[in-house]
Amino acid sequence: MAVVKVHQHRYDAVIVGAGGAGLRAAIETAGKCRTAVLTKLYPTRSHTGAAQGGMCAALANVEDDSWEWHLFDTIKGGDYLVDQPAAEIMCREAVDAVIELEHFGLPFNRTPEGRIDQRRFGGHTRNHGEAPVRRACYSSDRTGHMILQTLYQQCVARDVTFFNEFQVLDVAFAEGRLAAVVAYELATGDLHVFNTKAAMFATGGFGKMFKVSSNAHTLTGDGPGLLYRRGIPMQDMEFFQFHPTGIYKLGILLSEAARGEGGILRNAGGERFMERYAPTVKDLAPRDMVSRAIQTEVLEGRGIGEAADAVYLDLTHLPPEQIDEKLPDITEFVRTYLGIEPKTAPIPIQPTAHYAMGGIPTNVSGEVVVDAAGTVFPGLYAAGECACVSVHGANRLGTNSLLDIVVFGKRGGAAMAAFSAAADLPPLPPGAADEVVQRIEAMKSGAGNEKVGAVRADLQAAMTGKAFVFRSEELLAGALEAVHELQARYEHVTIDDKGPTFNYDLTEALELGYLLDLAEASVVSARARTESRGAHFRTDHPTRDDEHWMRHTLAARQEDATVELSYKPVVTGAYLPMERKY
Amino acid sequence: MTLVDLELKIRRYNPDVDPKPHWQTFKVQADPTDRVLDALHTVKWEQDGTLSFRRSCAHGVCGSDAMMINGANALACIELVHKAAGPKGGRITVEPIRGLPVIKDLVVDMEPFFAQYRSVLPYLVNNDEPGYTERLQSPEERARYEDTTKCILCAACTTSCPVFWGNSGYVGPAAIVNAHRFIFDSRDQAGDQRLDIVNQRSGVWRCRTAYSCTEACPRGIKVTQAIQEVKRAVFTDRV
Ligand SMILES: Cc1cc2nc3c(=O)[nH]c(=O)nc-3n(C[C@H](O)[C@H](O)[C@H](O)COP(=O)(O)OP(=O)(O)OC[C@H]3O[C@@H](n4cnc5c(N)ncnc54)[C@H](O)[C@@H]3O)c2cc1C
Ligand code: SF4
Ligand code: FES
Repeated sequence: MAVVKVHQHRYDAVIVGAGGAGLRAAIETAGKCRTAVLTKLYPTRSHTGAAQGGMCAALANVEDDSWEWHLFDTIKGGDYLVDQPAAEIMCREAVDAVIELEHFGLPFNRTPEGRIDQRRFGGHTRNHGEAPVRRACYSSDRTGHMILQTLYQQCVARDVTFFNEFQVLDVAFAEGRLAAVVAYELATGDLHVFNTKAAMFATGGFGKMFKVSSNAHTLTGDGPGLLYRRGIPMQDMEFFQFHPTGIYKLGILLSEAARGEGGILRNAGGERFMERYAPTVKDLAPRDMVSRAIQTEVLEGRGIGEAADAVYLDLTHLPPEQIDEKLPDITEFVRTYLGIEPKTAPIPIQPTAHYAMGGIPTNVSGEVVVDAAGTVFPGLYAAGECACVSVHGANRLGTNSLLDIVVFGKRGGAAMAAFSAAADLPPLPPGAADEVVQRIEAMKSGAGNEKVGAVRADLQAAMTGKAFVFRSEELLAGALEAVHELQARYEHVTIDDKGPTFNYDLTEALELGYLLDLAEASVVSARARTESRGAHFRTDHPTRDDEHWMRHTLAARQEDATVELSYKPVVTGAYLPMERKY
Repeated sequence: MTLVDLELKIRRYNPDVDPKPHWQTFKVQADPTDRVLDALHTVKWEQDGTLSFRRSCAHGVCGSDAMMINGANALACIELVHKAAGPKGGRITVEPIRGLPVIKDLVVDMEPFFAQYRSVLPYLVNNDEPGYTERLQSPEERARYEDTTKCILCAACTTSCPVFWGNSGYVGPAAIVNAHRFIFDSRDQAGDQRLDIVNQRSGVWRCRTAYSCTEACPRGIKVTQAIQEVKRAVFTDRV
């Protein structure tokens, strides 16, 4: 057995992930406590850079708006599974967050007066649902790129310490608190144990468990996955957002901004079908409703494409200058990958797996909470898409994630810096890296006949086939069976690359392990929830059931690898559940 | 959907076993509208898991997978098979980008590249108290630097530059693009400092206006023009 080198480091705080959430947290801890940012990708490769449409804040730069309307929309959009005090914090602090980004240098699009311009986005309305409102601050259709670049620039200015291409694979606890983070260095194959007072997980989403997905290849849920294996429960895993407009078959996202700018969805007959499903806001209804509308059109035989399984996004009526100015990138994707000119021809689209509402449960300070009573796990933090605060409830509104990562990245960073200042360094548990060493050796010496690529493709097919926009007991039971079979096959995965240098064969195999476990938690959670709410739609239980299900799911992995579910109440507030009509 | 046959000729190097780089050819099938990245994945996932290359977003926005495809720098995720090999398939050669040390297969050491980026003060400097609202900037002022904000730091430009190949001390087009992004931002106050930096021996004057960078840029940034604008600003000491 090859000897793996294990290096040791000591820090006051470790941030895992350098997307929007991790970078914003790093800006907050800079100068306050010695921080290491560990990231498996160079920071600027993070998927925050793929975000297109915008970030909402009730600046009221172009028309009347208020953070309370934003709050109402967020709660209603989330189908009342939103924790209202957390959402209130997010919507109130949104205004400062946008202004701060501008001060950091973010090149927002501007009004003729030189103020930050704003545009419409799905589910964001004036005065509690009267009409769409211009609330999304944006930078062309590359808002996420600009946020990622700007935050990274600010980290460079603050001389933040990055460990680039360090992939975190485990944590170690001691005396009931977080004590260390274990990372694998891609360039050398060495392991690094970071003994630290606190660690924040900001590893992004896990949309790669689905076949048609807007997520990067690297969005494999490592952070939630490794914590889940260490006994931290995962919250609301049944709520996964399927974005209505992914490029046909590829899943590459075409931002809602396309509809915000006036784009229209049409079925095979050319009909603007959203008029039937959401008479007031039409094409700008929230994503879950639009995705279901599309799937219904398809199921009822009004789809387009070879298999009649898609619909059109029509931009042909928009002025060409508007397309060039406001939607240059996404229209270029269409030209590149479909060979279609969006100015003159409609674009075939279908729903694509997009965003994890669920994840690592936290409070509004980014502290990880492990039970229904909100008990904090000392030293452990999470922020961004991998976390569940929960501000998005059962369905996230467009633009609220970029907002979430900035607001809660900052809050989590501040809380972690304060915690570190008061805490001493926990003892380093002996053998902190042992489990990882064993896992890597087992993977390298495996003699089975399964390939990573094949197992992953089957997982993605099972999840897209059975745990997608429409679900039922029958489908979900099938999904669970499939996941269990795949977990068994995973035991027999063998990799070709046994070397230490840039062994992506190995890291892809390890990532697949996390994806499988998170898929299991998602399906088990979904099967138990016998109602339809937000993105979770059950054809066998098609209505929302507030009497039994105004509660968050917690899925915990047991010693024997089974999943145990428990529940915690939604933190309600001024807004009482009402029927969701748009 | 008809699949075509491809021969992927890839320049390989594994520091743990190979004394020097060598070529290896893989036969795969692909849809003509697939990305070259998809074909590389087919090799990695079905034939040889030891093949190493970086990638993440798979649609041209993260900058991970710049490589030399048929002799020209491109992102493997936006280069389509029918373009690289022709609609009926054929051969595609793939090599690492040039001028940065190769670590394994298509993976090069990006540290020197990011060090050059960091050397130009790539962040907004403004010491005035901004108050509680945004700093104003007109759409025209924003348009002045918009093009260079699109950079994804993929290094395709810098590693296509003959001057950079000959002299790795040259700060390179990507760093100048990022200097440009701030020099021409009406809100920034460190323009002079940045102009001093790019005016050094390793700076803009090394550029021989070969235009390779502009051709290589997957984001369509007018790289050479940006460099020319920075040169002019150094010359006239004015932005
Ligand atoms: C195509 C697309 C468009 C979108 N558009 C919008 C929009 O317009 N508005 C909006 O509000 N939201 C949008 N979203 C959602 C939003 O962009 C994401 O939810 C958000 O950017 C996630 O940020 P993050 O910081 O949590 O994670 P990411 O940006 O994904 O970063 C994850 C980080 O974790 C690191 N990492 C992961 N695993 C490990 C590990 N094991 N060890 C070390 N590091 C690790 C990665 O290197 C990376 O740095 C969009 C999403 C997509 C996919
Ligand atoms: S200027 Fe273009 S080619 Fe150069 S690093 Fe930026 S995006 Fe890549
Ligand atoms: S994989 Fe992100 S640019 Fe190609």
